[in-house]
Amino acid sequence: MAEAAIELVGISKSFGAVRANRDINLEVQKGTIHGIIGENGAGKSTLMSILYGFYQADQGEIRVNGKPTVIRSPNDAIANGIGMVHQHFMLVDNFTVLENVILGAESNALLNSSISKARAELKRLEQEYSLFVEPDAVIEELPVGLQQRVEILKALYRGAEILILDEPTGVLTPPEADHLFRILKQLKEQGKTIVLITHKLREIMAITDNVSVMRQGTMVATRETAKTTVEELAELMVGRRVLLRVEKGEPALGAVKLSVRNLTVKDSRGVTMVEDVSFDIRAGEIVGIAGVAGNGQSELLEAISGVRKAVSGTVTLDGKPIDLTGAADPGELRDRGLAHVPEDRHHVGLVLAFEENENSILGYHDKPHYLNGPFLNIEAIRRDAKEKIEKYDIRPSDCRLKTANFSGGNQQKIVLAREIERDPGVLIVGQPTRGVDVGAIEFIHRRLIDMRDQGKAVLVVSVELDEIRSLSDRILVMFAGRVVGERGPDATEGELGLLMAGVEQQEAAE
Amino acid sequence: MSTPYAKLPRWADYGLIPLINLLVAFAVAGLVVLLVGENPFRAAVILVDGAFGSGPGIAYTLFYATSFIFTGLAVAVAFHGGLFNIGGEGQAYFAGLGVALACLPFDGFLPWYLIFLLAILCSAVFGALWALIPAYLQAKRGSHIVITTIMFNFIASSLMVYMLVDVLKPTGSMAPQTRQFLEGAQLPRLGFLFDYIGMKVRPSVPLNISFLLALFMAFLVWVLIWRTKLGYEIRTMGFSPKAARYAGISETRIIIVTMLISGALAGMMAMNPIMGDQHNVPLDFVAGAGFVGIAVALMGRSHPAGIVPAAILFGMLYQGGAELSFEMPSISRDMIVIIQGLVILFAGALEHMFRPAVQAMFASVSPKSVGVVAAKGEGA
Repeated sequence: MAEAAIELVGISKSFGAVRANRDINLEVQKGTIHGIIGENGAGKSTLMSILYGFYQADQGEIRVNGKPTVIRSPNDAIANGIGMVHQHFMLVDNFTVLENVILGAESNALLNSSISKARAELKRLEQEYSLFVEPDAVIEELPVGLQQRVEILKALYRGAEILILDEPTGVLTPPEADHLFRILKQLKEQGKTIVLITHKLREIMAITDNVSVMRQGTMVATRETAKTTVEELAELMVGRRVLLRVEKGEPALGAVKLSVRNLTVKDSRGVTMVEDVSFDIRAGEIVGIAGVAGNGQSELLEAISGVRKAVSGTVTLDGKPIDLTGAADPGELRDRGLAHVPEDRHHVGLVLAFEENENSILGYHDKPHYLNGPFLNIEAIRRDAKEKIEKYDIRPSDCRLKTANFSGGNQQKIVLAREIERDPGVLIVGQPTRGVDVGAIEFIHRRLIDMRDQGKAVLVVSVELDEIRSLSDRILVMFAGRVVGERGPDATEGELGLLMAGVEQQEAAE
Repeated sequence: MSTPYAKLPRWADYGLIPLINLLVAFAVAGLVVLLVGENPFRAAVILVDGAFGSGPGIAYTLFYATSFIFTGLAVAVAFHGGLFNIGGEGQAYFAGLGVALACLPFDGFLPWYLIFLLAILCSAVFGALWALIPAYLQAKRGSHIVITTIMFNFIASSLMVYMLVDVLKPTGSMAPQTRQFLEGAQLPRLGFLFDYIGMKVRPSVPLNISFLLALFMAFLVWVLIWRTKLGYEIRTMGFSPKAARYAGISETRIIIVTMLISGALAGMMAMNPIMGDQHNVPLDFVAGAGFVGIAVALMGRSHPAGIVPAAILFGMLYQGGAELSFEMPSISRDMIVIIQGLVILFAGALEHMFRPAVQAMFASVSPKSVGVVAAKGEGA
């Protein structure tokens, strides 16, 4: 057995009554990549925040290289050789790479000497780990993949021997993610220890040596990656067997339900986000839009659902045009059979401060059976909410509970139940399973396929490539506001990944 | 890890925490009294006794509270819609014209209840009108409602001076106010009710029937906010304008309607001092009630069931404070303003200061009562 770089013994942490971590034991071997996997809210981030000194454990001991260590702040963590790459980068956008690297590690009041020292050190790190980034580039001008590299460099610059990465691939294209994995492997070969937090099983299998599974604040198992399977890990995470890929039959195509022609949309700053996009969706099919976040998918959805003004182009629903001037009434579109599950359920699809039953009528609150004249028909609303809770297995099954107290998966089910139960002809769904636990993903995918099988037209936008490939009958790839390719459901990940990175388009332009 | 702190039981949320905030406010106020060189405990006794110790004391407390209920409700309705109506002062002041319009032409021959109904209508309409312009500017032009409503307070103030001095003042009178109302426009006083509980209240104590109207309005506001489609739309807008847009709720319409209701509620406050007490429309009859309404709404957490007691609390500070400055000359009326300020500071701005501690205490005493773990763990 190799030496342990980190040992956590009996770590517990509560927030009020929520026990985020319960008696956690973890041993990470030196020079390995150790994955920590678990659903949202399983306590992974809390555990790592304790290790990095953001929180103090209520109980338990941390040992770094065999020595009991007290970590009270990130500075203590860094002093002990622990570095962290956050999910949301902690970079100053308008600073250069070099300035960001030395931020907080300036050796004296005048920056000159620090900067020249840092420049030399960066060069060394680059060569050692082939982590090249232009030191004088300004952060906001770098693509996310490179920004992440700066985060890693920051940690290495501070002498990190142990690197914690929190959901590092969430913002990356598949090629960028692959590159990151190559970097991580190289770091491992140089003797660094890496802790990788993720909820993506595929990444765990691809890169880790060992994997620990967390569920509901406890550490349920640690496995050698080579000796486990995706199915076993999924089962450990959820606590029961899960189907990772939904079964679906051949689509039974019907008439064109939704037709988008030459649609161009600008965002609030006036930047063109969607450019000349055209496609059709027929009854009985699921069309998936793949792409890295921020390539115009959000704006496309908003324009189609009538909440964002389009610059030009047309969208027709059942042959009749949709008002794209920004003055469209989403209520009227609902009446015409267009249901929309927005990407941002926290601010758009739900009002988190509302009781569950109040959210179950959002957008349909003016329908006669929820009303008695100007008054809400509270009884009907709650009865209706209870039926949906039952049918969609929303937990806890309390329609008076504040929506904020439901987990991500259950919140998404509240939105889906509301939109699907109105029996729309067209359903557009943004990020159907973002922040949703594995168990609920299966359920949500099943419902979407059911909709398709009932002859509805379904448009799914997702940054999860696996999800797009698993659900879609046709896949459109968006890059920089354009649809750069259409593929069938059997397209390989590599092929889609290249499209998502805009590679093919660049080649075509040359 | 979306909820760092667990939920509290309702009674603690709405009872215990405001109480703690209040006690701290009074403790700090006590220190100030000490600095002035008076005994804070004696001051507290005088204050509470002045407000609640006698029939007239209670009646005065409730008289002041009446105004604060109206203005508190006005602020609360706007809060629910995500709007901060600071203009209650001006809306109530302008509504004084509506009251005058209802009273002056008719007080000679209509019975009080008809004039009362007419005055409710007129004061509400005038208050709403004064809120309409800022509402329109916010909805259509994006001019911030806080700024415009503040400015409208000043405009109302100047306008009322002009109206009272140059238009409504009877010729030959020295006082910048309307003529004295006749009996038809004088609201029945409620002092007689105290006879039933064995307390004597002079008929000159101005607690009047608009107190009952205020309570009724509190009920109506509850119905509006939590039981009507409009209230649902107002709350959706207040919590999340994006969700409102998504749900097909027109922002323009909700901003305007919410502010009209808010202004109408503030406007009704005018009846209390005018028809219940002064029996004329004087200068500055609002006397800060519009601003106190902000504190009342904050302290009452924008819920009518919280606003009524909060208004009574501020009524107590007004009434008891008057007694206090009478009994202890070294404590001026300004001291009362300081105490009010401290209450606002602790109940409003620092509302959440003691929450983590209280929550930790609850969690350690009875984890079950806090009950959020269940919601977390069972993720399907």
